[in-house]
Amino acid sequence: MLGPLPELLQHCAILLFVFWEKCWKRSCSCSVCHFLWQKGSVNQYPWNKNEMFLFRAALAFAMRDFTNGEEFGVSDIHPCNETQRVSFWFVVTRPKTMDLVDKGTVEMAIKKSRNRINGAFLLTDKTLEFDGIYPTLAAPVSPDTPPWLIVFGVVMGAVSVGIIALLVYPLVQRKLKKNMDADDEDSDEETGVKTAENGANDGIYNSTFSDDERFTQM
Amino acid sequence: MRLVLPNPGLDLRIPNYEDLEKMEKEDGDRPKWDNKAQYILTCVGFCVGIGNVWRFPYLCQTHGGGAFLIPYIILLVLEGLPLLLLEFGIGQRLRKGSVGVWRAINPYLTGVGIASMLVSLLIGLYYNTLIAWIMWYLFNSFQGPLPWTQCPLNDNRTGFISECQQSSTVDYYFYRVTLNASASITDSGGLQWPIVICLLAAWTVICICYIRGISTSGKAVYVTALLPYVVLAIFLIRGLTLKGAMNGVKYLFTPDVDELMNPTTWLDAGAQVFYAFSLAWGGLISFSSYNPVHNNCMQDAVILTIITGLTSIYAATVTYTVIGFRATDKYDTCISENIRMLLNGFELPEDSITASNYNAALHHLNSSNPDTVFGLDIKTCDMQKLLSEGVEGTGLAFIVFTEAITKMPGSPAWSVLFFIMLLCLGLSTLFGNIEGVVVPLKDLNLFPKKWPQEALTGVTCLVSFIICLLFAQQSGLYWVTLFDNFAGSIPLLTIGLTEMIAVVYIYGIDRFNEDIKFMIGKKPCIFWQISLRFTSPLILLVILVFYLVTQAQQELTYLVWDPDYDEFPTLASVPYPSWINVVIFVLAGIPSLVVPVYALCRLVFVRCKKKMNYLNTVSASEASCLFHQCTFVMVGIKCNIF
Repeated sequence: MLGPLPELLQHCAILLFVFWEKCWKRSCSCSVCHFLWQKGSVNQYPWNKNEMFLFRAALAFAMRDFTNGEEFGVSDIHPCNETQRVSFWFVVTRPKTMDLVDKGTVEMAIKKSRNRINGAFLLTDKTLEFDGIYPTLAAPVSPDTPPWLIVFGVVMGAVSVGIIALLVYPLVQRKLKKNMDADDEDSDEETGVKTAENGANDGIYNSTFSDDERFTQM
Repeated sequence: MRLVLPNPGLDLRIPNYEDLEKMEKEDGDRPKWDNKAQYILTCVGFCVGIGNVWRFPYLCQTHGGGAFLIPYIILLVLEGLPLLLLEFGIGQRLRKGSVGVWRAINPYLTGVGIASMLVSLLIGLYYNTLIAWIMWYLFNSFQGPLPWTQCPLNDNRTGFISECQQSSTVDYYFYRVTLNASASITDSGGLQWPIVICLLAAWTVICICYIRGISTSGKAVYVTALLPYVVLAIFLIRGLTLKGAMNGVKYLFTPDVDELMNPTTWLDAGAQVFYAFSLAWGGLISFSSYNPVHNNCMQDAVILTIITGLTSIYAATVTYTVIGFRATDKYDTCISENIRMLLNGFELPEDSITASNYNAALHHLNSSNPDTVFGLDIKTCDMQKLLSEGVEGTGLAFIVFTEAITKMPGSPAWSVLFFIMLLCLGLSTLFGNIEGVVVPLKDLNLFPKKWPQEALTGVTCLVSFIICLLFAQQSGLYWVTLFDNFAGSIPLLTIGLTEMIAVVYIYGIDRFNEDIKFMIGKKPCIFWQISLRFTSPLILLVILVFYLVTQAQQELTYLVWDPDYDEFPTLASVPYPSWINVVIFVLAGIPSLVVPVYALCRLVFVRCKKKMNYLNTVSASEASCLFHQCTFVMVGIKCNIF
């Protein structure tokens, strides 16, 4: 990623050289920090000494918050090897004693106050990356009743109502028709007329009957 | 040179012209179309299906882009058009569903109708499963953000589930959340309940749309046949305004004339035309039998051909605008990722590498620090590869398109529109399908005569739903693919070929010409004569033979979703188990073999009956011997199939 540690050691400020040596021997209690650029609108995070001061202050706050009171100050955070793309290493020392704080503690402190650190820079987990510290992701919002069940319910309800309506409608129609026929007192006369018609009419085309004849005789 | 096989008693079986005129005047109990528009829309809906969206564009693009249109249109006219006229004409003339028509032409040919019914049933089963999946996606589109935009988190909430991480959110959603696909077809797993519910919804919707036959489905087609065109128009406008859409369209239509020399191109074009027209399913014959006798079926065939051809091209254009957009988006993301890695790796300032100077910068860095560049693991971004990715079948709808939709602003709305369009396309095809199943069942007297249409539809839908539960298992995807490959290919070609031979050589092309003259007023011209007699049967025969040859040579393998596979997320190619041969025989062999087997059985039955009549005059021992001979065909008598 950034190259092996010994190479970086050479670029470090002499003031912190001692600490870097200790760092290497203790198999790294350093932390790496990347300020990534934001896609789209802001191309590059505007970086200057004041921003670095803010970072150190935020990190000191995080250490204080985690260790519950140990008075870390801005001078206890030591960045080094800043690059143009805004990435740098840093180490944390204990106040007063100048002992290195180990990586694990620093990581946990950062994890705890990640939101606050992000907020200080108006950045997000994606644009402010601490190497080796993975942000816990927000779980996707899942509503209590899955929406698909609601839509399914609506569709099935509509379809069931439709089926029942289509099945019941002709029955209701038939009942109404029967009632109308019962009310009709000329029914006897009508049937009489009908039979006469049947006799007079020589051939009402009965397709069902003719159909049967059309099958080949065996 | 009029080759017509002897066909005694044909005139007794079919209504003559006077009977037809009489039937026309009277109000028979046969269903009728309310108006011509309903009939045309139903046929268009039947022919234009999901295949137009997800099969034709893929074929077009793989077989030389714009050049593919040449074999497609040629075969549309030479193969599709005559078969359409044949099915329309024979249905309108004989006024019966598919079984009735073939039985009337010759009782020995009833097998063709039964085969059509079986094929329609098998296709309908897996087709409705696709509808169920589409419904699932539709139901899940009513939320923002869409559920396939995010992976679920893993246990310690620092990342996503590995299966999702390795593949993609849309893959994971389709294969795991929706289908919960097992790793092989033998591993059936349990029932996947969301799919069962969606299958229930799908079959219920079909049931209600077809509950009174064409009197209800004829009204439903106003929506199901027209809505897809509206949605395609909306998508076309949206698609053309997306970035990279023209890349897709150009990719689709760039002609590669060399592909025309490849016989597979012509084969695929022929097969696509055949399936696109839903020929040999029996539905078209049924639909045209509800027409008035003097309806101009020749004009209908031409109209339908033109509409289907244009719709295929239209749908292909829309599909490829969206595919082009997705490919361009992925390409841009790939380039940005590479730029970011380079900037990070070389600690360069922001904006020193942009998309425009990316290639030059990469080349420069590679020549100066090749090791570092190699260590960064830069992926090559290939636009052509992205354009050709997974763009056929279910992969197109459920993976490529869903991914593209998530990148459009207002994705839930687009998702709803897209899946409603697919739903309508599928439903309108299913109407023809279920017509091709219910009407033959009625003609074969497998239902009691007293049952109303509602009961027939209800029972068919219920039984189909129960059989469809096979596809609701975790291995359901593989069963659907199996059915797609085998149930709808060889049997349809066989039936289509038999239909042509039956009408031209057994019914008689002369008689058919006279019928057309009676119905429309003029005989079919020389083009129809030649194509019906020679070219269409020949083309079908060639396609069928080639298909059989290629299928026989192919190894029986299928693609599975296996997270344990080395090259996951690529689908693993796994051989089928040995018992799959039985299933393939049931799917492809039985419908194809019904035609000759039925004719044979009937022959035996006829002989038997003659002997039974003779039984009265022979001795008892002879009688018992003959009786045993005839016992196996007793089933036929009971079912009144013969």
